[in-house]
Amino acid sequence: MAAQTVASTTDSRTVDLGPAAALSCRECGHRVPLGPVFACEECFGPLEIAYDFSAYDTEELRKRIEAGPSNIWRYAPLLPVPADVATKPNINPGWTKLVKADNLARELGVTGGLYVKDDSGNPTHSFKDRVVAQALEAARAFGFTTLSCSSTGNLAGAVGAAAARAGFRSCVFIPHDLEQGKVVMAAVYGGELVGIEGNYDDVNRFCSELIGDPAGEGWGFVNVNLRPYYAEGSKTLAYEICEQLGWQLPDQLVVPIASGSQLTKIDKGLQELIKLGLVEDKPYKIFGAQAEGCSPVSVAYKAGHDVVRPQKPDTIAKSLAIGNPADGPYVLDIARRTGGAVEDVNDEQIVEAIKLLARTEGIFAETAGGVTVGVTRKLIENGVLDPTLTTVVLNTGDGLKTLDAVAGTGLTATIRPNLDSFREAGLAS
Amino acid sequence: MSVNVRIPTILRTYTGGQAEVSAEGATLAEVIADLEKNHTGIAARVLDDQGKLRRFVNVYVNDDDVRFEQGLETATPDGAGVSIIPAVAGG
Repeated sequence: MAAQTVASTTDSRTVDLGPAAALSCRECGHRVPLGPVFACEECFGPLEIAYDFSAYDTEELRKRIEAGPSNIWRYAPLLPVPADVATKPNINPGWTKLVKADNLARELGVTGGLYVKDDSGNPTHSFKDRVVAQALEAARAFGFTTLSCSSTGNLAGAVGAAAARAGFRSCVFIPHDLEQGKVVMAAVYGGELVGIEGNYDDVNRFCSELIGDPAGEGWGFVNVNLRPYYAEGSKTLAYEICEQLGWQLPDQLVVPIASGSQLTKIDKGLQELIKLGLVEDKPYKIFGAQAEGCSPVSVAYKAGHDVVRPQKPDTIAKSLAIGNPADGPYVLDIARRTGGAVEDVNDEQIVEAIKLLARTEGIFAETAGGVTVGVTRKLIENGVLDPTLTTVVLNTGDGLKTLDAVAGTGLTATIRPNLDSFREAGLAS
Repeated sequence: MSVNVRIPTILRTYTGGQAEVSAEGATLAEVIADLEKNHTGIAARVLDDQGKLRRFVNVYVNDDDVRFEQGLETATPDGAGVSIIPAVAGG
């Protein structure tokens, strides 16, 4: 693909972002050249990547992907990255396990095939590595040398790690009261980590203001001015799920909702695979999962609204605690278009679901995984999700990050180091 | 009532590149009307055809999101800071 000249923050430069052709407003369709901008100058709507895939032959593309590296760069022809992306220093996430969850399926009564896409296997143990790897390539293309973000924790770690690998400075902003595990996992990479006295929406607001101020000049905020590129990383979840299913669409997907970006990009990825002929077109349903203590999209869905009223979050699922979700309206559109739904579960149900997944499949999910598994169970019980169809549930992070959520889990017994004591404790077979 | 309004980058073409301008008004609606008087075209970017805040615009009066307050009727006390911010960030 031809490189394109764009206006960066400070000057014009030539960028090569592969098949990415322009930025297009999802609301009004206004197009602008590729650059570090994220909101439409006409209507404030979100800008997203418009591609030129016209040169691709389906079977050649399939072979090229299958011969690619065991990470997201196998899909480089479908992403806003240069063709030689795999040679650059990055964290190279993806190609995580799609676990056939037969034990969980039995427990939930699913007969059509139940899978867990386990993204805890990424380099910093959450799906955020996918989006950050994308944003890093955009930052490189636009000449940034500092990576930043607002984060509920997982993103902070992913940005810290990617910046370290690439030799960038990082300075990330988080709510001051995050889980200790996430704070440590973000700080260990050596970048600057700043706690903001407020919730995630306050942090996000701060970053949005910083970006327009000389104090933040020249910074690549992965989920603000690089958001159109960053968000595309979530498409790779859709690509991998379909390829791992033998280039087939699943019938049903259960996806967590924080900002809603991941769910919308999974849908975009599935649509691209259909249009490119890489999968056979058939109906699929996307279900969104939220925590009851931060459920603005679920509330809007159930009320039949197409706008999302912000909430003040109060939930243990802090990685999903975005009270003012930027892509909420699009999540509603997708859930309704595909025949899915949006549902929520309370904190107690989240903890039960974390333990259920761990007990049945040996997968220790963070609270967001408890939300998707808990919502899957609720949707089946309510007759909304069809247990006879192939269903994929996302686990987007590692339980080691949110140990507090299952803090009551511990020793079965404490015994003296002898057999009598072992037998007395009722542990003998 | 005079307030300071922080202008996002994508609206600075209307303010001659200024990141902060002052405006008059006792409510947010009046502040936006005053902005339009001095920076023609800016109101149509912030408000939709029905005169409501566009869904991808967040406005804060001091630290309060006006969607949690009275929307365009939110009071703007003398000396308040008003921030107009694209809503599509984060996640």
